[in-house]
Amino acid sequence: MSAHQPLPEPQAATQPARQSWWVIRGELSRGAIWGLAAAGLILPLLVWWAYTAAGLANPMFMPGPDAVLARVGRWWSDEGLLADIGISVYRVMTGFLLSALFALPLGLYIGTYRPVQAFLEPLTDFIRYMPAVAFIPLVMLWVGIDESSKVLIIFIGTFFQMVLMVAEDVRRVPMAQIEAAQTMGASRSEIVKLVILPSARPALLDTLRITCGWAWTYLVVAELVAANSGLGYAILKAQRYMQTDKIFAGIILIGVIGLLTDQAFRWLGRAAFPWLKR
Amino acid sequence: MAVENSSGAKIRIRQVSKVFKTRNREVQALQDINLDIQRNEFITFVGASGCGKSTLLRSIGGLEQHSRGEILLDGRAVTGPGIDRAMVFQHYSLYPWLNVMQNIKFCRQLKVVSDTVKTDGDIEVASGRADALLNLMGLSAFHQAYPNQLSGGMQQRVAIARALMPKPEILLMDEPFGALDAQTREVMHDLIRHVHRLEKSTILFVTHDVEEAIYLGGRVVLMAPRPGRIDTIYDVPLPAERNQDMKLSAEFLTLKREILARIRETSGMSTDLELLEQLTRTQPAAL
Repeated sequence: MSAHQPLPEPQAATQPARQSWWVIRGELSRGAIWGLAAAGLILPLLVWWAYTAAGLANPMFMPGPDAVLARVGRWWSDEGLLADIGISVYRVMTGFLLSALFALPLGLYIGTYRPVQAFLEPLTDFIRYMPAVAFIPLVMLWVGIDESSKVLIIFIGTFFQMVLMVAEDVRRVPMAQIEAAQTMGASRSEIVKLVILPSARPALLDTLRITCGWAWTYLVVAELVAANSGLGYAILKAQRYMQTDKIFAGIILIGVIGLLTDQAFRWLGRAAFPWLKR
Repeated sequence: MAVENSSGAKIRIRQVSKVFKTRNREVQALQDINLDIQRNEFITFVGASGCGKSTLLRSIGGLEQHSRGEILLDGRAVTGPGIDRAMVFQHYSLYPWLNVMQNIKFCRQLKVVSDTVKTDGDIEVASGRADALLNLMGLSAFHQAYPNQLSGGMQQRVAIARALMPKPEILLMDEPFGALDAQTREVMHDLIRHVHRLEKSTILFVTHDVEEAIYLGGRVVLMAPRPGRIDTIYDVPLPAERNQDMKLSAEFLTLKREILARIRETSGMSTDLELLEQLTRTQPAAL
Protein backbone atom coordinates (compact mmCIF):
# COMPACT_ATOMS: atom_id res chain seq x y z
CA MET A 1 0.00 0.00 0.00
CA SER A 2 1.47 3.32 -0.98
CA ALA A 3 1.46 6.29 1.35
CA HIS A 4 0.13 8.66 -1.30
CA GLN A 5 -2.88 7.42 -3.14
CA PRO A 6 -3.99 9.46 -6.13
CA LEU A 7 -7.19 11.36 -5.54
CA PRO A 8 -10.10 10.43 -7.77
CA GLU A 9 -10.45 12.62 -10.88
CA PRO A 10 -12.76 15.55 -10.28
CA GLN A 11 -16.10 15.03 -12.00
CA ALA A 12 -16.88 17.65 -14.58
CA ALA A 13 -20.10 19.67 -14.29
CA THR A 14 -21.41 18.28 -11.03
CA GLN A 15 -24.96 19.22 -10.21
CA PRO A 16 -25.31 22.05 -7.71
CA ALA A 17 -26.37 20.81 -4.29
CA ARG A 18 -30.13 21.06 -3.92
CA GLN A 19 -31.12 23.90 -1.61
CA SER A 20 -34.05 23.24 0.65
CA TRP A 21 -36.13 25.92 2.37
CA TRP A 22 -36.98 23.54 5.15
CA VAL A 23 -33.65 23.55 6.94
CA ILE A 24 -34.03 24.00 10.69
CA ARG A 25 -32.82 27.53 11.39
CA GLY A 26 -31.57 27.68 7.80
CA GLU A 27 -30.34 30.70 5.85
CA LEU A 28 -32.54 32.59 3.39
CA SER A 29 -31.55 35.09 0.71
CA ARG A 30 -32.55 38.74 1.17
CA GLY A 31 -34.81 38.64 -1.86
CA ALA A 32 -36.64 35.58 -0.58
CA ILE A 33 -37.16 37.21 2.82
CA TRP A 34 -38.65 40.39 1.31
CA GLY A 35 -40.76 38.36 -1.11
CA LEU A 36 -42.21 36.19 1.64
CA ALA A 37 -42.84 39.15 3.92
CA ALA A 38 -44.69 41.01 1.15
CA ALA A 39 -46.69 37.90 0.30
CA GLY A 40 -47.61 37.43 3.96
CA LEU A 41 -49.01 40.95 4.07
CA ILE A 42 -50.67 41.06 0.64
CA LEU A 43 -52.21 37.59 0.59
CA PRO A 44 -54.74 38.18 3.41
CA LEU A 45 -55.59 41.50 1.74
CA LEU A 46 -56.31 39.68 -1.53
CA VAL A 47 -58.43 37.04 0.19
CA TRP A 48 -60.37 39.79 1.96
CA TRP A 49 -60.86 41.68 -1.30
CA ALA A 50 -61.91 38.55 -3.26
CA TYR A 51 -64.34 37.50 -0.54
CA THR A 52 -66.09 40.87 -0.36
CA ALA A 53 -65.93 41.58 -4.12
CA ALA A 54 -67.66 38.25 -4.80
CA GLY A 55 -70.52 39.50 -2.68
CA LEU A 56 -70.13 36.74 -0.11
CA ALA A 57 -70.19 39.15 2.83
CA ASN A 58 -72.82 41.61 3.94
CA PRO A 59 -71.05 45.00 3.57
CA MET A 60 -72.81 46.08 6.75
CA PHE A 61 -70.67 43.57 8.69
CA MET A 62 -67.62 43.32 6.46
CA PRO A 63 -66.81 46.11 4.01
CA GLY A 64 -64.23 45.48 1.27
CA PRO A 65 -60.73 47.00 1.22
CA ASP A 66 -61.85 49.56 -1.36
CA ALA A 67 -64.64 50.81 0.93
CA VAL A 68 -62.25 50.99 3.89
CA LEU A 69 -59.72 52.92 1.84
CA ALA A 70 -62.40 55.35 0.70
CA ARG A 71 -63.39 55.75 4.33
CA VAL A 72 -59.80 56.59 5.30
CA GLY A 73 -59.88 59.26 2.58
CA ARG A 74 -63.09 60.81 3.91
CA TRP A 75 -61.81 60.57 7.50
CA TRP A 76 -58.69 62.44 6.41
CA SER A 77 -60.50 65.21 4.51
CA ASP A 78 -63.73 65.68 6.51
CA GLU A 79 -63.41 64.05 9.94
CA GLY A 80 -59.99 65.16 11.19
CA LEU A 81 -57.98 61.95 10.92
CA LEU A 82 -54.71 63.78 11.51
CA ALA A 83 -55.96 65.24 14.79
CA ASP A 84 -57.17 61.77 15.91
CA ILE A 85 -53.79 60.25 15.08
CA GLY A 86 -52.01 63.14 16.78
CA ILE A 87 -53.88 62.88 20.07
CA SER A 88 -53.59 59.06 20.14
CA VAL A 89 -49.85 59.12 19.43
CA TYR A 90 -49.50 61.72 22.18
CA ARG A 91 -51.38 59.57 24.72
CA VAL A 92 -49.56 56.37 23.86
CA MET A 93 -46.13 57.97 23.79
CA THR A 94 -46.64 59.89 27.04
CA GLY A 95 -47.84 56.76 28.84
CA PHE A 96 -45.03 54.72 27.33
CA LEU A 97 -42.29 57.27 28.08
CA LEU A 98 -43.51 57.72 31.66
CA SER A 99 -43.39 53.93 32.08
CA ALA A 100 -39.87 53.83 30.71
CA LEU A 101 -38.80 56.73 32.94
CA PHE A 102 -39.68 54.76 36.08
CA ALA A 103 -39.26 51.19 34.84
CA LEU A 104 -35.67 51.59 33.64
CA PRO A 105 -34.10 52.61 36.97
CA LEU A 106 -36.38 50.33 38.99
CA GLY A 107 -35.68 47.32 36.75
CA LEU A 108 -31.97 48.12 36.90
CA TYR A 109 -32.05 47.96 40.71
CA ILE A 110 -34.17 44.78 40.77
CA GLY A 111 -31.85 43.08 38.31
CA THR A 112 -28.67 44.19 40.07
CA TYR A 113 -29.39 43.87 43.78
CA ARG A 114 -30.96 40.72 45.24
CA PRO A 115 -32.64 42.46 48.23
CA VAL A 116 -34.46 44.89 45.90
CA GLN A 117 -35.52 41.94 43.77
CA ALA A 118 -36.81 39.99 46.78
CA PHE A 119 -38.69 43.07 47.99
CA LEU A 120 -40.28 44.32 44.75
CA GLU A 121 -40.55 41.46 42.28
CA PRO A 122 -43.40 39.50 43.90
CA LEU A 123 -45.45 42.71 44.20
CA THR A 124 -44.80 43.65 40.56
CA ASP A 125 -45.66 40.12 39.44
CA PHE A 126 -48.91 40.35 41.38
CA ILE A 127 -49.99 43.70 39.96
CA ARG A 128 -49.13 42.86 36.38
CA TYR A 129 -51.81 40.17 36.34
CA MET A 130 -54.50 42.70 37.18
CA PRO A 131 -56.36 43.78 34.03
CA ALA A 132 -55.71 47.43 33.17
CA VAL A 133 -59.37 47.81 32.10
CA ALA A 134 -60.49 47.07 35.62
CA PHE A 135 -58.62 50.13 36.84
CA ILE A 136 -60.76 52.49 34.76
CA PRO A 137 -63.35 53.21 37.49
CA LEU A 138 -60.59 53.85 40.03
CA VAL A 139 -58.63 56.03 37.65
CA MET A 140 -61.76 58.10 36.94
CA LEU A 141 -62.36 58.52 40.67
CA TRP A 142 -58.79 59.43 41.47
CA VAL A 143 -57.59 61.55 38.57
CA GLY A 144 -60.83 62.47 36.81
CA ILE A 145 -61.57 62.23 33.11
CA ASP A 146 -59.01 64.55 31.55
CA GLU A 147 -55.92 63.64 29.49
CA SER A 148 -53.98 62.32 32.47
CA SER A 149 -56.53 59.53 33.02
CA LYS A 150 -55.90 58.14 29.50
CA VAL A 151 -52.16 58.37 29.96
CA LEU A 152 -52.45 56.65 33.33
CA ILE A 153 -54.36 53.68 31.88
CA ILE A 154 -51.61 53.16 29.29
CA PHE A 155 -49.02 53.53 32.05
CA ILE A 156 -50.72 50.87 34.19
CA GLY A 157 -50.90 48.54 31.20
CA THR A 158 -47.21 48.76 30.31
CA PHE A 159 -45.24 49.74 33.42
CA PHE A 160 -45.36 46.51 35.44
CA GLN A 161 -44.48 44.31 32.47
CA MET A 162 -41.68 46.67 31.55
CA VAL A 163 -40.11 46.60 35.02
CA LEU A 164 -39.87 42.83 34.97
CA MET A 165 -38.45 42.74 31.45
CA VAL A 166 -35.84 45.40 32.24
CA ALA A 167 -34.82 43.46 35.36
CA GLU A 168 -34.41 40.33 33.25
CA ASP A 169 -32.31 42.20 30.65
CA VAL A 170 -30.03 43.45 33.41
CA ARG A 171 -29.73 39.99 34.97
CA ARG A 172 -28.56 38.60 31.62
CA VAL A 173 -25.36 40.65 31.60
CA PRO A 174 -22.68 37.91 31.76
CA MET A 175 -21.18 37.55 35.26
CA ALA A 176 -17.69 37.34 33.71
CA GLN A 177 -18.06 40.92 32.39
CA ILE A 178 -18.90 42.11 35.91
CA GLU A 179 -16.18 40.08 37.61
CA ALA A 180 -13.55 41.23 35.12
CA ALA A 181 -14.32 44.82 36.12
CA GLN A 182 -14.19 43.88 39.81
CA THR A 183 -10.70 42.43 39.42
CA MET A 184 -9.66 45.69 37.75
CA GLY A 185 -10.71 47.53 40.89
CA ALA A 186 -14.09 48.89 39.75
CA SER A 187 -16.45 50.16 42.43
CA ARG A 188 -20.14 49.21 42.59
CA SER A 189 -21.33 52.37 40.89
CA GLU A 190 -18.63 52.07 38.23
CA ILE A 191 -19.76 48.52 37.44
CA VAL A 192 -23.37 49.67 37.02
CA LYS A 193 -22.39 52.66 34.89
CA LEU A 194 -19.53 51.20 32.82
CA VAL A 195 -20.49 47.52 32.52
CA ILE A 196 -24.10 46.62 33.32
CA LEU A 197 -25.82 49.54 31.57
CA PRO A 198 -23.81 49.55 28.34
CA SER A 199 -23.90 45.75 28.19
CA ALA A 200 -27.69 45.62 28.57
CA ARG A 201 -28.42 48.45 26.10
CA PRO A 202 -29.39 46.31 23.07
CA ALA A 203 -31.69 44.14 25.19
CA LEU A 204 -33.20 47.25 26.79
CA LEU A 205 -33.97 48.78 23.41
CA ASP A 206 -35.65 45.53 22.41
CA THR A 207 -37.73 45.63 25.59
CA LEU A 208 -38.77 49.21 24.78
CA ARG A 209 -39.73 48.13 21.26
CA ILE A 210 -41.92 45.29 22.53
CA THR A 211 -43.57 47.26 25.35
CA CYS A 212 -44.23 50.19 23.00
CA GLY A 213 -46.35 47.77 20.97
CA TRP A 214 -48.22 46.80 24.13
CA ALA A 215 -48.84 50.48 24.92
CA TRP A 216 -50.68 50.78 21.58
CA THR A 217 -52.90 47.82 22.44
CA TYR A 218 -54.12 49.72 25.52
CA LEU A 219 -55.13 52.77 23.45
CA VAL A 220 -58.75 51.70 22.84
CA VAL A 221 -59.10 50.83 26.52
CA ALA A 222 -57.71 54.22 27.52
CA GLU A 223 -60.04 56.07 25.16
CA LEU A 224 -63.01 54.36 26.78
CA VAL A 225 -62.57 57.01 29.47
CA ALA A 226 -64.69 59.96 28.42
CA ALA A 227 -62.63 60.71 25.33
CA ASN A 228 -63.93 62.79 22.44
CA SER A 229 -61.02 62.31 20.08
CA GLY A 230 -58.43 59.74 19.08
CA LEU A 231 -58.28 56.57 17.00
CA GLY A 232 -59.59 54.36 19.79
CA TYR A 233 -62.47 56.72 20.48
CA ALA A 234 -63.28 56.83 16.73
CA ILE A 235 -63.50 53.04 16.67
CA LEU A 236 -65.82 53.02 19.68
CA LYS A 237 -68.01 55.73 18.22
CA ALA A 238 -68.16 54.00 14.83
CA GLN A 239 -69.53 50.93 16.59
CA ARG A 240 -72.43 52.97 17.89
CA TYR A 241 -73.33 54.12 14.34
CA MET A 242 -72.63 50.74 12.71
CA GLN A 243 -69.81 52.26 10.61
CA THR A 244 -67.92 48.98 10.15
CA ASP A 245 -65.73 50.56 7.46
CA LYS A 246 -64.49 53.09 9.99
CA ILE A 247 -63.87 50.36 12.57
CA PHE A 248 -61.77 48.52 10.00
CA ALA A 249 -59.96 51.73 9.06
CA GLY A 250 -59.16 52.54 12.70
CA ILE A 251 -57.86 49.06 13.50
CA ILE A 252 -55.70 48.96 10.38
CA LEU A 253 -54.32 52.46 11.03
CA ILE A 254 -53.27 51.45 14.56
CA GLY A 255 -51.60 48.39 13.07
CA VAL A 256 -49.72 50.48 10.50
CA ILE A 257 -48.54 53.00 13.11
CA GLY A 258 -47.39 50.11 15.33
CA LEU A 259 -45.51 48.49 12.47
CA LEU A 260 -43.76 51.76 11.61
CA THR A 261 -42.77 52.37 15.25
CA ASP A 262 -41.44 48.84 15.47
CA GLN A 263 -39.32 49.30 12.33
CA ALA A 264 -38.02 52.61 13.68
CA PHE A 265 -36.86 50.88 16.87
CA ARG A 266 -35.15 48.14 14.84
CA TRP A 267 -33.41 50.69 12.67
CA LEU A 268 -32.30 52.59 15.78
CA GLY A 269 -30.85 49.38 17.22
CA ARG A 270 -28.85 48.66 14.06
CA ALA A 271 -27.56 52.23 13.95
CA ALA A 272 -26.69 52.49 17.65
CA PHE A 273 -25.07 49.08 18.13
CA PRO A 274 -22.87 48.36 15.11
CA TRP A 275 -20.73 46.12 17.32
CA LEU A 276 -23.47 43.47 17.36
CA LYS A 277 -22.66 42.62 13.74
CA ARG A 278 -20.43 39.61 13.28
CA MET B 1 3.68 49.57 50.89
CA ALA B 2 3.86 45.80 50.73
CA VAL B 3 5.37 44.17 53.79
CA GLU B 4 7.83 41.40 53.00
CA ASN B 5 7.18 38.43 55.27
CA SER B 6 9.95 36.17 56.53
CA SER B 7 9.37 33.26 54.16
CA GLY B 8 9.25 35.58 51.15
CA ALA B 9 6.13 33.90 49.82
CA LYS B 10 3.94 36.19 47.68
CA ILE B 11 0.75 34.29 48.50
CA ARG B 12 0.23 32.30 51.69
CA ILE B 13 -2.86 30.14 51.96
CA ARG B 14 -3.53 28.90 55.48
CA GLN B 15 -6.19 26.32 56.44
CA VAL B 16 -8.64 27.66 53.89
CA SER B 17 -12.00 25.90 53.77
CA LYS B 18 -15.18 26.69 51.93
CA VAL B 19 -18.64 25.20 52.27
CA PHE B 20 -21.33 25.72 49.66
CA LYS B 21 -24.80 25.44 51.15
CA THR B 22 -27.57 24.37 48.81
CA ARG B 23 -31.18 23.80 49.77
CA ASN B 24 -30.78 20.29 51.14
CA ARG B 25 -27.09 19.61 51.48
CA GLU B 26 -23.69 21.09 52.17
CA VAL B 27 -20.77 20.66 49.81
CA GLN B 28 -17.23 20.92 51.11
CA ALA B 29 -15.73 22.79 48.15
CA LEU B 30 -12.38 23.35 49.85
CA GLN B 31 -10.96 21.68 52.94
CA ASP B 32 -7.89 22.83 54.85
CA ILE B 33 -5.93 24.19 51.91
CA ASN B 34 -2.33 25.15 52.75
CA LEU B 35 -0.04 26.49 50.07
CA ASP B 36 2.76 29.02 49.66
CA ILE B 37 3.28 30.59 46.25
CA GLN B 38 6.53 32.45 45.56
CA ARG B 39 6.89 35.77 43.83
CA ASN B 40 7.19 35.39 40.04
CA GLU B 41 6.12 31.74 40.20
CA PHE B 42 4.08 30.12 37.42
CA ILE B 43 1.95 27.56 39.21
CA THR B 44 -0.77 25.44 37.62
CA PHE B 45 -3.74 23.64 39.16
CA VAL B 46 -5.31 20.46 37.79
CA GLY B 47 -7.80 17.95 39.11
CA ALA B 48 -11.07 16.20 38.42
CA SER B 49 -14.18 18.36 38.19
CA GLY B 50 -15.47 19.39 41.59
CA CYS B 51 -12.00 19.43 43.16
CA GLY B 52 -12.30 23.13 43.95
CA LYS B 53 -9.47 24.43 41.76
CA SER B 54 -11.59 27.24 40.31
CA THR B 55 -13.06 28.01 43.73
CA LEU B 56 -9.57 28.35 45.19
CA LEU B 57 -8.50 30.66 42.35
CA ARG B 58 -11.64 32.77 42.73
CA SER B 59 -11.10 32.97 46.49
CA ILE B 60 -7.59 34.33 45.92
CA GLY B 61 -9.10 36.79 43.45
CA GLY B 62 -11.58 37.86 46.13
CA LEU B 63 -14.57 36.86 44.01
CA GLU B 64 -15.58 34.13 46.47
CA GLN B 65 -15.45 34.25 50.23
CA HIS B 66 -13.87 31.34 52.01
CA SER B 67 -15.62 30.02 55.12
CA ARG B 68 -12.49 29.53 57.26
CA GLY B 69 -8.74 30.15 57.18
CA GLU B 70 -6.88 33.01 55.54
CA ILE B 71 -5.31 34.01 52.27
CA LEU B 72 -2.42 36.45 52.67
CA LEU B 73 -0.88 38.54 49.90
CA ASP B 74 2.44 39.93 51.14
CA GLY B 75 1.06 39.43 54.64
CA ARG B 76 -2.27 41.21 54.05
CA ALA B 77 -5.50 39.21 54.14
CA VAL B 78 -7.68 39.08 51.03
CA THR B 79 -11.10 40.58 51.70
CA GLY B 80 -12.31 41.26 48.16
CA PRO B 81 -11.21 41.77 44.58
CA GLY B 82 -8.43 44.28 43.97
CA ILE B 83 -6.39 45.85 41.23
CA ASP B 84 -3.29 43.88 42.29
CA ARG B 85 -4.92 40.63 41.15
CA ALA B 86 -6.16 40.48 37.54
CA MET B 87 -8.27 37.61 36.32
CA VAL B 88 -8.67 36.03 32.89
CA PHE B 89 -11.85 34.00 32.42
CA GLN B 90 -12.72 31.22 30.00
CA HIS B 91 -15.04 33.43 27.94
CA TYR B 92 -17.72 36.15 27.77
CA SER B 93 -15.60 38.57 29.79
CA LEU B 94 -14.76 41.08 27.01
CA TYR B 95 -16.95 44.14 26.53
CA PRO B 96 -18.54 43.67 23.11
CA TRP B 97 -19.49 47.36 22.76
CA LEU B 98 -15.84 48.46 23.05
CA ASN B 99 -13.23 47.84 20.37
CA VAL B 100 -9.99 46.02 21.10
CA MET B 101 -8.07 49.13 22.17
CA GLN B 102 -10.94 50.41 24.33
CA ASN B 103 -11.20 47.01 26.01
CA ILE B 104 -7.49 47.02 26.83
CA LYS B 105 -7.70 50.58 28.19
CA PHE B 106 -10.92 49.87 30.14
CA CYS B 107 -9.24 50.08 33.56
CA ARG B 108 -8.22 53.69 32.88
CA GLN B 109 -11.87 54.74 33.22
CA LEU B 110 -11.87 53.44 36.81
CA LYS B 111 -11.15 55.76 39.69
CA VAL B 112 -8.49 53.55 41.32
CA VAL B 113 -6.47 53.67 38.13
CA SER B 114 -7.21 57.18 36.91
CA ASP B 115 -6.10 58.53 40.30
CA THR B 116 -2.61 57.18 39.65
CA VAL B 117 -2.49 58.60 36.13
CA LYS B 118 -2.43 62.37 36.55
CA THR B 119 0.33 64.17 34.69
CA ASP B 120 0.77 64.25 30.93
CA GLY B 121 3.79 62.03 31.42
CA ASP B 122 1.70 59.41 33.23
CA ILE B 123 -0.83 59.43 30.43
CA GLU B 124 1.90 58.98 27.87
CA VAL B 125 3.35 56.05 29.80
CA ALA B 126 -0.10 54.47 30.08
CA SER B 127 -0.79 54.91 26.36
CA GLY B 128 2.62 53.46 25.62
CA ARG B 129 1.79 50.44 27.75
CA ALA B 130 -1.48 49.88 25.92
CA ASP B 131 0.34 50.01 22.59
CA ALA B 132 3.07 47.70 23.87
CA LEU B 133 0.50 45.16 25.07
CA LEU B 134 -1.31 45.38 21.74
CA ASN B 135 1.95 44.56 19.97
CA LEU B 136 2.95 41.88 22.43
CA MET B 137 -0.35 40.09 21.85
CA GLY B 138 -0.08 40.44 18.07
CA LEU B 139 -3.22 42.55 17.92
CA SER B 140 -1.93 45.77 16.32
CA ALA B 141 -3.85 45.17 13.09
CA PHE B 142 -7.08 44.64 15.03
CA HIS B 143 -7.05 47.57 17.47
CA GLN B 144 -10.29 48.95 16.05
CA ALA B 145 -12.09 45.61 15.68
CA TYR B 146 -14.97 44.66 17.97
CA PRO B 147 -14.74 41.40 19.97
CA ASN B 148 -17.56 39.86 17.89
CA GLN B 149 -15.37 40.11 14.82
CA LEU B 150 -12.45 38.21 16.38
CA SER B 151 -11.73 34.48 16.68
CA GLY B 152 -11.79 32.84 20.12
CA GLY B 153 -7.99 32.89 20.33
CA MET B 154 -7.84 36.59 19.44
CA GLN B 155 -10.52 37.37 22.02
CA GLN B 156 -8.46 35.67 24.74
CA ARG B 157 -5.41 37.69 23.68
CA VAL B 158 -7.43 40.84 24.24
CA ALA B 159 -8.63 39.55 27.62
CA ILE B 160 -5.02 38.87 28.68
CA ALA B 161 -3.83 42.29 27.48
CA ARG B 162 -6.70 43.97 29.34
CA ALA B 163 -5.84 42.05 32.53
CA LEU B 164 -2.16 43.05 32.25
CA MET B 165 -2.89 46.74 31.61
CA PRO B 166 -3.01 47.86 35.31
CA LYS B 167 0.28 45.97 35.96
CA PRO B 168 -1.16 43.38 38.35
CA GLU B 169 1.31 41.59 40.62
CA ILE B 170 -0.75 38.42 40.33
CA LEU B 171 -2.43 37.05 37.22
CA LEU B 172 -5.22 34.54 37.89
CA MET B 173 -6.23 32.45 34.88
CA ASP B 174 -9.34 30.27 35.08
CA GLU B 175 -9.20 27.78 32.19
CA PRO B 176 -8.49 30.66 29.80
CA PHE B 177 -7.74 28.40 26.82
CA GLY B 178 -10.38 25.77 27.58
CA ALA B 179 -12.58 26.80 24.66
CA LEU B 180 -9.79 27.12 22.07
CA ASP B 181 -8.72 24.55 19.46
CA ALA B 182 -5.48 22.61 19.98
CA GLN B 183 -3.35 24.61 17.50
CA THR B 184 -4.41 27.98 18.87
CA ARG B 185 -3.81 26.72 22.37
CA GLU B 186 -0.18 25.81 21.60
CA VAL B 187 0.45 29.32 20.30
CA MET B 188 -1.18 30.80 23.41
CA HIS B 189 1.00 28.62 25.67
CA ASP B 190 4.22 30.06 24.29
CA LEU B 191 2.70 33.54 24.36
CA ILE B 192 1.73 33.36 28.02
CA ARG B 193 5.16 31.99 28.99
CA HIS B 194 6.70 34.91 27.14
CA VAL B 195 4.39 37.29 29.05
CA HIS B 196 5.47 35.67 32.32
CA ARG B 197 9.17 36.25 31.54
CA LEU B 198 8.54 39.81 30.45
CA GLU B 199 6.07 41.02 33.10
CA LYS B 200 7.56 39.18 36.09
CA SER B 201 4.08 38.64 37.49
CA THR B 202 3.04 35.68 39.60
CA ILE B 203 0.74 33.49 37.52
CA LEU B 204 -1.83 31.02 38.90
CA PHE B 205 -3.34 28.95 36.13
CA VAL B 206 -6.29 26.55 36.46
CA THR B 207 -6.85 23.94 33.75
CA HIS B 208 -8.32 20.50 33.19
CA ASP B 209 -5.61 19.70 30.63
CA VAL B 210 -2.64 17.91 32.28
CA GLU B 211 -0.31 18.54 29.33
CA GLU B 212 -1.07 22.25 29.52
CA ALA B 213 -0.46 22.24 33.29
CA ILE B 214 2.98 20.62 32.93
CA TYR B 215 4.11 22.66 29.94
CA LEU B 216 3.25 25.98 31.57
CA GLY B 217 3.92 25.42 35.24
CA GLY B 218 7.02 25.39 37.38
CA ARG B 219 4.91 23.44 39.85
CA VAL B 220 1.69 21.53 39.24
CA VAL B 221 -0.81 21.34 42.08
CA LEU B 222 -3.07 18.32 41.82
CA MET B 223 -6.36 18.73 43.64
CA ALA B 224 -8.91 16.04 44.50
CA PRO B 225 -12.69 16.24 44.93
CA ARG B 226 -15.14 15.44 47.75
CA PRO B 227 -13.92 17.28 49.77
CA GLY B 228 -11.91 19.67 47.57
CA ARG B 229 -8.29 19.41 48.73
CA ILE B 230 -4.69 19.50 47.59
CA ASP B 231 -3.55 15.96 46.83
CA THR B 232 -0.01 16.25 45.48
CA ILE B 233 2.32 19.04 44.37
CA TYR B 234 4.69 18.11 41.52
CA ASP B 235 7.87 19.99 40.58
CA VAL B 236 8.12 20.08 36.81
CA PRO B 237 11.56 18.68 35.79
CA LEU B 238 11.88 20.94 32.75
CA PRO B 239 14.19 23.95 32.20
CA ALA B 240 12.71 27.45 32.56
CA GLU B 241 12.97 27.98 28.80
CA ARG B 242 10.51 25.62 27.16
CA ASN B 243 9.62 24.55 23.65
CA GLN B 244 6.94 22.33 22.16
CA ASP B 245 9.40 19.45 21.56
CA MET B 246 9.74 18.97 25.31
CA LYS B 247 6.18 17.65 25.35
CA LEU B 248 7.62 14.47 23.81
CA SER B 249 10.55 14.12 26.24
CA ALA B 250 10.75 11.20 28.65
CA GLU B 251 10.53 13.43 31.75
CA PHE B 252 7.42 15.15 30.43
CA LEU B 253 5.64 11.93 29.51
CA THR B 254 6.52 10.23 32.78
CA LEU B 255 5.11 13.12 34.79
CA LYS B 256 2.03 13.29 32.58
CA ARG B 257 1.38 9.57 33.07
CA GLU B 258 1.86 9.90 36.82
CA ILE B 259 -0.52 12.86 37.15
CA LEU B 260 -3.18 11.31 34.91
CA ALA B 261 -3.07 8.10 36.95
CA ARG B 262 -3.39 10.06 40.19
CA ILE B 263 -6.35 12.08 38.86
CA ARG B 264 -8.09 8.85 37.92
CA GLU B 265 -7.44 7.42 41.39
CA THR B 266 -8.71 10.47 43.22
CA SER B 267 -11.74 11.21 41.05
CA GLY B 268 -13.44 7.84 41.31
CA MET B 269 -13.15 7.42 37.56
CA SER B 270 -11.27 4.14 38.00
CA THR B 271 -14.30 2.64 39.70
CA ASP B 272 -16.43 3.70 36.74
CA LEU B 273 -14.03 1.90 34.43
CA GLU B 274 -14.17 -1.18 36.63
CA LEU B 275 -17.92 -1.02 36.50
CA LEU B 276 -17.84 -0.84 32.72
CA GLU B 277 -15.47 -3.80 32.59
CA GLN B 278 -17.69 -5.79 34.88
CA LEU B 279 -20.69 -4.97 32.74
CA THR B 280 -18.97 -6.07 29.51
CA ARG B 281 -18.06 -9.37 31.16
CA THR B 282 -21.44 -10.15 32.61
CA GLN B 283 -23.91 -8.52 30.23
CA PRO B 284 -22.25 -8.06 26.85
CA ALA B 285 -25.68 -7.90 25.17
CA ALA B 286 -26.59 -4.77 27.12
CA LEU B 287 -23.84 -2.87 25.35
